[in-house]
Amino acid sequence: SLSPILQSSVKAVFILDNDGNRLLSKYYDPEFYPSMKEQKNFEKNVFNKTHKADNEIAFLEGMTIVYKTSIDLFFYVVGSAQENELMLMSVLNCLFESLSQILKKNVERRCLLDNMEGVFLVVDEIIDGGVILESDPQQVLQKVNYRVRGESVIPNYQSCHFIY
Amino acid sequence: MIKKFDKKDEESGSGSNPFQHLEKSAVLQEARIFNETPINPRRCLHILTKIIYLLNQGEHFGTTEATEAFFAMTRLFQSNDQTLRRMCYLTIKEMANISEDVIIVTSSLTKDMTGKEDVYRGPAIRALCRITDTTMLQAIERYMKQAIVDKVPSVSSSALVSSLHMVKMSYDVVKRWVNEAQEAASSDNIMVQYHALGLLYHLRKNDRLAVTKMLNKFTKSGLKSPFAYCMLIRIASKLLDETEAGHDSPLFDFIESCLRNKNEMVVYEAASAIVHMPNCTARELAPAVSVLQLFCSSPKAALRYAAVRTLNKVAMKHPSAVTACNLDLENLITDSNRSIATLAITTLLKTGSESSVDRLMKQISSFVSEISDEFKVVVVQAISALCQKYPRKHSVMMNFLSNMLRDDGGFDYKRAIVDCIISIIEENPESKETGLAHLCEFIEDCEHTVLATKILHLLGKEGPRTPQPSKYIRFIFNRVVLESEAVRAAAVSALAKFGAQNDDLCFAFLDDEVRDRATFYMNVLQQKQKALNAAYIFNGLSVSIPGLEKSLHQYTLDPSEKPFDMKSVPLATTPITEQKTEIAPVATSKLPEKLAPSRQDIYQEQLAAVPEFQGLGPLFKSSEPVQLTEAETEYVVRCIKHTFARHMVFQFDCTNTLNDQLLQKLTASPTVSPVPATL
Repeated sequence: SLSPILQSSVKAVFILDNDGNRLLSKYYDPEFYPSMKEQKNFEKNVFNKTHKADNEIAFLEGMTIVYKTSIDLFFYVVGSAQENELMLMSVLNCLFESLSQILKKNVERRCLLDNMEGVFLVVDEIIDGGVILESDPQQVLQKVNYRVRGESVIPNYQSCHFIY
Repeated sequence: MIKKFDKKDEESGSGSNPFQHLEKSAVLQEARIFNETPINPRRCLHILTKIIYLLNQGEHFGTTEATEAFFAMTRLFQSNDQTLRRMCYLTIKEMANISEDVIIVTSSLTKDMTGKEDVYRGPAIRALCRITDTTMLQAIERYMKQAIVDKVPSVSSSALVSSLHMVKMSYDVVKRWVNEAQEAASSDNIMVQYHALGLLYHLRKNDRLAVTKMLNKFTKSGLKSPFAYCMLIRIASKLLDETEAGHDSPLFDFIESCLRNKNEMVVYEAASAIVHMPNCTARELAPAVSVLQLFCSSPKAALRYAAVRTLNKVAMKHPSAVTACNLDLENLITDSNRSIATLAITTLLKTGSESSVDRLMKQISSFVSEISDEFKVVVVQAISALCQKYPRKHSVMMNFLSNMLRDDGGFDYKRAIVDCIISIIEENPESKETGLAHLCEFIEDCEHTVLATKILHLLGKEGPRTPQPSKYIRFIFNRVVLESEAVRAAAVSALAKFGAQNDDLCFAFLDDEVRDRATFYMNVLQQKQKALNAAYIFNGLSVSIPGLEKSLHQYTLDPSEKPFDMKSVPLATTPITEQKTEIAPVATSKLPEKLAPSRQDIYQEQLAAVPEFQGLGPLFKSSEPVQLTEAETEYVVRCIKHTFARHMVFQFDCTNTLNDQLLQKLTASPTVSPVPATL
């Protein structure tokens, strides 16, 4: 079967802590693990196979999974087995870089949880219903314009129009 | 790279989660402050975050409480805090399915989508389209069309992607926006172009001509977006496949030209597309393969993985095309990513020479326990293909497979191995015995009924035709005794097949001695005579075993027509009870209670056979034998007292311990001491 066209590029995204607990997760395909039980089970399996390996890419339960870790966090992007792995990596990199900026390089659990609204918004700006919305972390940050602990991430940004 | 945070942070509970002990009802209670004025953005933001976090963790919200919370949230539109507004949009999307009457936010969202704050417009569009149905969509149609061609990329992208999501539900409405989408497709923004082309494709995909035109147009004018390139490559492949166009079409040329794109993602997409095309010639494959070869040495694991995975596919149909990559693949065998290593090895197995098989198999066996079940199955499949290619290597393969069978693994994995072994057996008659032996070993400890029954069926089919069918009967027989019903049934059927082939195989699976005894006992039991049971099963040999051996040996040296006479064997030196224990230890140790009454029955029968005792009636009790002499004397005597209703019978068993003497005419003369009658 062919790779999807635009739609359904990303099947799921999730962030786990170093015990494998879910901190954030979004599933975009109604046919891919629709129930909470299936999702948690999948996350557990993925975590078990990847948290020691630190290998960047894995293939599990018929899905390609790209992942990245930072201190005590694990970031996962899941696509179908036919998906272009580099496309999935671009999503993962965008996610990681954007969060890294939001959290001022403290990409670790406590900081993430203290800025959870920023994290939710970042994910929302990168993927919409399984479609890759944005791949450039700078663009994501401009759209989210999240203030970490009272400071704006992008100084003096109020209402500037995009120039392209 | 790992940043150390200061002690203060650690003490404040680096292990703690601020959301850990959230209680839904408490949070919803807190949400009441949404109704207060003035709105406190920080606090409200925090509560919304908690609500979304709870939803994300799988917390169930009932319709009433969800609706209440949703309505309360709408009050927050009064605040101009940007982050708060954004979180409201997110909440709308998250609660769209669990709250009632979500359309009340339509006017607020429409206002935002057409308002001055660019940072609101994109997200507002996306939230609005999430809650819109076809009727409502028509009401906002002109706003959508405007949004699609908006110069702000996030607005345009949001509108395009939302339109895409709505194609299924409201195709007829969205179809009318095709011109706007076409305009957006010329955008310089790489995401807008990607989204626009995607929408155009999905609006036109049933019209092959329109799709072809679109492709021709955009492949000629340079695209800006690598994502768009990937998408067009896929569309072109699909068209080529559907139209079965030859590979000298402009579509193929476009894909081939993408091999020279400066973006790796596009190059890989093109290589993958070419590889997956049916009927590719070696010449057409070559440029794709060389690009993949380069990727094998990329520092990016994802790219190495993608490359080797694709080369693996090529190797399935065109192994010769991949031979050029063998060196690069060899380097990947030691890749720290085990998935990559596995794929590299299995590819090499398809393309390598027969001489490399042993070496490669050794390398795989060193890490097969570390890889996931999915990859283990991949390895097994590669071995299966290899066996067909190099039938002479079946013993190496079989060995490897049997080791894998012994290791841990799930059902699919074990089944793949069993199927592989079976196919080797079927293809290679020489491997049959080894294969069957491995499978026999496996079913000794197999938890999967399906596999056990499959193997038993195979044993029934193939076993009887082997030179030594008896070998397999033991394994099958054990299954009859030990397993679950389904397996026992299969085992019995298999045994029947053996029996049907060969009459003598009844006890053939037993070792000689076991078989002989079994046959002997079967015959005795079939006679159904207690006296015989007594003589041959319960009471053991009363003769000396070494003496018996010697006499038998004499007999064989000096053949005679007379049958062998047991009486010519000297009697045992050890007491009979001990001898009995030697001969039938199992019976005594396991069923002591059962044996005692039987012994009495025997005594009863023996006594009944003597005419003088026939009038005594039933035997009440027989005592245990009592030794009357010491063991080392010339003859030993023991006495058994049989008690009848009104009589006592004393049985004296005399055993001669000397080989060269014969005792005859024995008499017993008991002396009775006067004992006062006390009963």
